[in-house]
Amino acid sequence: MSILINKDTKVICQGFTGSQATQHCKHCIDYGTNFMGGVTPGKGGQTHLDLPVFDTVKAAVSATQASASLIFVPARFGKESILEAAEAGIKLIVCITEGIPTLDMVEVKKRCDDLGSRLIGPNCPGVITPGESKMGIMPGYIHLPGRVGVISRSGTLTYEAVKQTSDLGFGQSSCVGIGGDPIPGSTFIDMLHLFEDDPVTEAIVMVGEIGGTAEEEAAEFIQSNISKPVVSYIAGVTAPSGKRMGHAGAIIAGGKGTAEEKFKALEAAGVHTVRSPAEIGKGVGEITGW
Amino acid sequence: MNLHEYQAKGLFREYGISVSKGIPVNNCNAIEEAINSLEGNRWVVKAQVHAGGRGKAGGVELVDTIQEAEAFAEKWLGNNLVTYQTDERGQPVNTILIEECIDIAEELYLGAVIDRSSQRLVFMASQEGGVNIEEVAASTPEKIFQVAIDPLKGPSSNEADQLSSLLNMNEVQKEQFKDLYLSLAKMFIEKDLSLLEINPLVITTEGNLICLDAKVNVDSNALYRQESLVKINDVSQEDERESYASKWNLSYVSLNGNIGCMVNGAGLAMGTMDIIKLHGGEPANFLDVGGAADSERVSEAFKIILSDKAVQAVLINIFGGIVRCDIIADGIIEAVEQIGVNIPVVVRLEGNNSELGSDKLSKSGLDIIIASGLEDAAKLVVEASRRGKS
Repeated sequence: MSILINKDTKVICQGFTGSQATQHCKHCIDYGTNFMGGVTPGKGGQTHLDLPVFDTVKAAVSATQASASLIFVPARFGKESILEAAEAGIKLIVCITEGIPTLDMVEVKKRCDDLGSRLIGPNCPGVITPGESKMGIMPGYIHLPGRVGVISRSGTLTYEAVKQTSDLGFGQSSCVGIGGDPIPGSTFIDMLHLFEDDPVTEAIVMVGEIGGTAEEEAAEFIQSNISKPVVSYIAGVTAPSGKRMGHAGAIIAGGKGTAEEKFKALEAAGVHTVRSPAEIGKGVGEITGW
Repeated sequence: MNLHEYQAKGLFREYGISVSKGIPVNNCNAIEEAINSLEGNRWVVKAQVHAGGRGKAGGVELVDTIQEAEAFAEKWLGNNLVTYQTDERGQPVNTILIEECIDIAEELYLGAVIDRSSQRLVFMASQEGGVNIEEVAASTPEKIFQVAIDPLKGPSSNEADQLSSLLNMNEVQKEQFKDLYLSLAKMFIEKDLSLLEINPLVITTEGNLICLDAKVNVDSNALYRQESLVKINDVSQEDERESYASKWNLSYVSLNGNIGCMVNGAGLAMGTMDIIKLHGGEPANFLDVGGAADSERVSEAFKIILSDKAVQAVLINIFGGIVRCDIIADGIIEAVEQIGVNIPVVVRLEGNNSELGSDKLSKSGLDIIIASGLEDAAKLVVEASRRGKS
């Protein structure tokens, strides 16, 4: 078991023939992802990475029965690509694309919810179920099939948490990068919910960062809904207030959303917090006794 | 991206929104002509910077004569205005906005942002407008009213009516507020704003609504489709190194410490700063080299970090997911050789081809300290920065 994807999940890619997509899809295929093909408008009928290319998601779905799509299109096509996938009945959309305008995402998020499609991202490393399926840009080999569920707003910081839990032999059930944008398709709460229900997941790592109130909301949710041990690290204790730190999501506004406040909320909810990004794995060991 | 008040008000006028009449000037000689073309015998002079809190900092004054206006311009033009929303250096004042004086009966607050929690465009309004709105929001949140816009239906006059009733407006004002609300919402959406604030929105002694101030932020992700706004961007308001960095797709923020940081990924970059601090060091900057860090960008990143003379050691922390560590290593070697880096450089490479990368660095013959992990890297760079001092 796992969350979101497993070895049977049929995956396509939108923006399939682009250079970034090509490089990463190849890694996904090598990892063992059940890749069915891809979509690039105008290139339908061609073959790419030994897989069929379709003009539309709809055509790809009817030919392959794919249920998941990995999106690599340029930001200006982000909105229409996500909506195309949702309207074609794709149930899991993982959008790697960075830089989609926030107002586009406000609309996209609402429409995906209405259509019953789950969106991960945008601006995220993707999802992986170690040993089974990889939909994203994370380096596959640092993962180890196991029992920790990892959720993170940041890309490379997710890898840090993964590597530490692999090095200690705990492994991961699934890892999800939800992305750092102001309007993410899925939140910490959505993923916490799935990990709570997943029998393989025995502990959860949640990596947050400054800005917004997603971690505070997650803390409240954990207190009343999560029975599994949670370890959390929040990046940005040293970030100066009011300054933008690269992610659209990492803005501290009006004293809200500081790392200290998030740590406080999580600790109050019984979450085991670590102050150093190098101690995430150690924290899992401490709280589980593994 | 931010707009100046006078630019935001220009945008307001395009949408038929009523703002006080004013003229921006950028030299003292233009003051007299500007004032002669305005009405009344009292004017407001406002320093134009990308920051709030101008009033409390002396950047806004009422003047009764041309001489007073000129004295104000003399004082501020070419100088920096420091407010509680700027850093200690403040923001350069290159433009003064001179406006007609409005007779104010009431000061309201009106703002709009994309609310992350409800994932909607939300308008906020209060009868307690003015300089203390943040205090009002913190101590009496019930005095701030909110409406959210349905992302599929768009703004509706119902939301405007809801707010104007809560704000105790009379029928005439309610009509004016409806027009104002719908125009602002339309502008917010069409211009891809991320923040819009009118503080104060005033009711004049004649009972009319007018926007006295205007603060506008534009969503940086949407600049590709907002060319007209990009054209009027005042780059003098941005940190020089930060805007130079953005030309190379590097995300840089200068800080006050002495340990330069170069990291891939914003989250890991913040995490790296945190762990340096935990080990007793002070980061000199935030720098995200991004996913496609080639030797050219690593070189540029080095140049930017080293242009800060306070930097006494550099930590490069790369977790190669997308990037290959051996390519990063080539970039580091090239950059160190070319620029002639003469302070300690600690490198931690993890992930994709990291062993090959570390191998290249250790065989390069350069003075590069290779760290074995994140914690080790933090310890080594803090140590190195102390050595640099003595």
